[in-house]
Amino acid sequence: MAAIRIDNLRKGFGSLEVLKGINLDIADGEFVCFLGPSGCGKSTLLRSIAGLEDLDGGSIRLGERDITEVASAKRDIAMVFQNYALYPHMNVRKNLSFGLALNGMKRDEIDRRVDNAADILRIKELLARKPRQLSGGQRQRVAIGRAIVREPKLFLLDEPLSNLDAGLRVTMRVELAALHERLGVTMIYVTHDQVEAMTLSDRVVVLDKGKVSQFGTPLELFYQPANLFVAGFIGSPRMNFVTTEVTGQVDTSVTLNGGGLAHPLTLEMQSAAPVAKPKSVTLGIRPDKIELVSAEEGHLVGDVRLVERLGTESHVHISLENGGDMTAVVRGTHPVSARERVHLRLAAEHCHLFDGDGQAVARRLDVETQALINQEKAKRVA
Amino acid sequence: MDMTYATAAAPTVAKRKRSAFARHIVAYLFISPWILGFLFFTLGPLVFSLTMSFYDWPVVGERTFVGLDNYRSMLFEDQQFWESLWITVKFAAIYVPFNIVMSFLLALMLHHIRFASGFFRTAFYLPSVISGVALVTIWSWIYSREYGLLNFMLSFVGIDGPNWLGDPNLAIIAIIIASLWGLGGTMLILLTGLKAIPKELYEAATVSGVPGWAQMVFITLPMLGPMLLFTFITSIISAFQQLTIALLLTKGGPLGSTYFFAMYIYDNAFKYFDMGYAAAGSWVMFIIVLLLSLGVMRWSAAWVYYEGEVRQNDGDGHA
Repeated sequence: MAAIRIDNLRKGFGSLEVLKGINLDIADGEFVCFLGPSGCGKSTLLRSIAGLEDLDGGSIRLGERDITEVASAKRDIAMVFQNYALYPHMNVRKNLSFGLALNGMKRDEIDRRVDNAADILRIKELLARKPRQLSGGQRQRVAIGRAIVREPKLFLLDEPLSNLDAGLRVTMRVELAALHERLGVTMIYVTHDQVEAMTLSDRVVVLDKGKVSQFGTPLELFYQPANLFVAGFIGSPRMNFVTTEVTGQVDTSVTLNGGGLAHPLTLEMQSAAPVAKPKSVTLGIRPDKIELVSAEEGHLVGDVRLVERLGTESHVHISLENGGDMTAVVRGTHPVSARERVHLRLAAEHCHLFDGDGQAVARRLDVETQALINQEKAKRVA
Repeated sequence: MDMTYATAAAPTVAKRKRSAFARHIVAYLFISPWILGFLFFTLGPLVFSLTMSFYDWPVVGERTFVGLDNYRSMLFEDQQFWESLWITVKFAAIYVPFNIVMSFLLALMLHHIRFASGFFRTAFYLPSVISGVALVTIWSWIYSREYGLLNFMLSFVGIDGPNWLGDPNLAIIAIIIASLWGLGGTMLILLTGLKAIPKELYEAATVSGVPGWAQMVFITLPMLGPMLLFTFITSIISAFQQLTIALLLTKGGPLGSTYFFAMYIYDNAFKYFDMGYAAAGSWVMFIIVLLLSLGVMRWSAAWVYYEGEVRQNDGDGHA
């Protein structure tokens, strides 16, 4: 087990700069997800840690050791690939033991490690089979087993569940979490699926265009997104945004009005620092914090474009009167229908505020949420 | 009621059958050029040559049925048959491994170079599409004792070049080298195979600390198995069919040292006009190549793996 520290990591392909100075501190035994849209550099970052990419700059430390220039094989890591990368001509046992045997490990020790990995992953009865004879989930287990037998300090997993069907993905997700719990080793996991990232991780690195947009616990990302990108990326349906103006600020209370808001809205911030210059800001609110109300109570007005009924809840897609779109989540039996005019009330205590540069203004959270976030952080430190 | 129903249904079924038949006719018409070509230029000559092999069949004059006489005299009385076969086997024993190993090394090189790979790919492949006669013209100039490029280059390092095509020991080597000139086709097949191997297999091996030589032996070669088998068999076939280069470059000489089996068949047919005997020779060659190919196929079960293949489990999984 080991902590990992990345300093100012840079990597480009020709004129395209993919990683633009990444800085990360991952604690010993932590499960961290690299999350971001396609092309954000998450896989390149993982491959850089694995030693599969030549870096343009920066350094990587694993524990006390600088591994920036160390060959991949000597980094004491193991990697699980997106398409499993199992050797099709070897049976499962050979797939697991291949690297060990060629590194001069004794037969007894190889057998011990292979049998141990097979026990952990419940693949003992598959050891004689070729990858072709395995299901997707079984292949994934073998790929993970190949990483386990190395007994590495760091596990790197590159979208390991993306080739599985939805049901199997959930099962494997649970198994991965249990595996991390059991091995207690540092794991870095690349995914574009925010559900995977939120459910598996101790902390999540959200990457955007080769930069770290935010590095925090899942609840921090959800309740305290650092910027517009994270706010829009985390959560489904995504957060709604409305451009408005700061019309007043008294201590930590900020009053917003204009830009389509029918009534002023007052938000409570963490500090009394002036919010924005210029005064134009972006207000963010999650779809489930919007209420359909009468005309007198509504902050915004619009026409329903589409209602998606999902059973327990319905997603209402609305075109706002002053331009822009918004999605509200209402109870499944709500009678709202398409082409209907609706008035929306935004729950002030759940609104997020972003300044002119798209950076979040720290808002005051309710006691319960803050306690939950603190609990998550405390668990990570422990 | 039943009869009425049957009568009413009958025309519909017949109509359906007719329309299906019409659809098939159209399909057969579309593939008829190939079928006719196969019948007249492949299957026809094949059956015809088999028939000929049981006859004493001069080009001019009456043909006589001789049964297996042609085969018997070829196998038990004709010294030249065994000599030409031995020369062909010697040629194949050297040509086949060289052809595969050199094609593989060349493919490996082209797979890894980044600079002008397209140019080199074309440059190495181009000789394999040059016609045999043009190729022999080039090589006869290269091998020329007085004016040849090869001896000219050897003179720079102080070597008095030998008579490549006039020395019985060197002539077959000269033909092997000239034959390898066309290895571009084999190289291209192996290059395609190399490009089809997922790079993650190598990355997984690299991360696991598998050294480069072991990646070559335990990943590249097994993954190329079907391609290697294919090139192995086609190389054997082309070795046994060796005719053009030897015929034009050495005419079987000097002292019969390059008198290949195919040339033996050719001479029987077009020099001695003994078509039945030549046809029997062709069938003997076919059987030899068939047996060799079957042997290789059988042997390949031990080292060729097909992705789609599902074999029996091998016990407890221990290698």
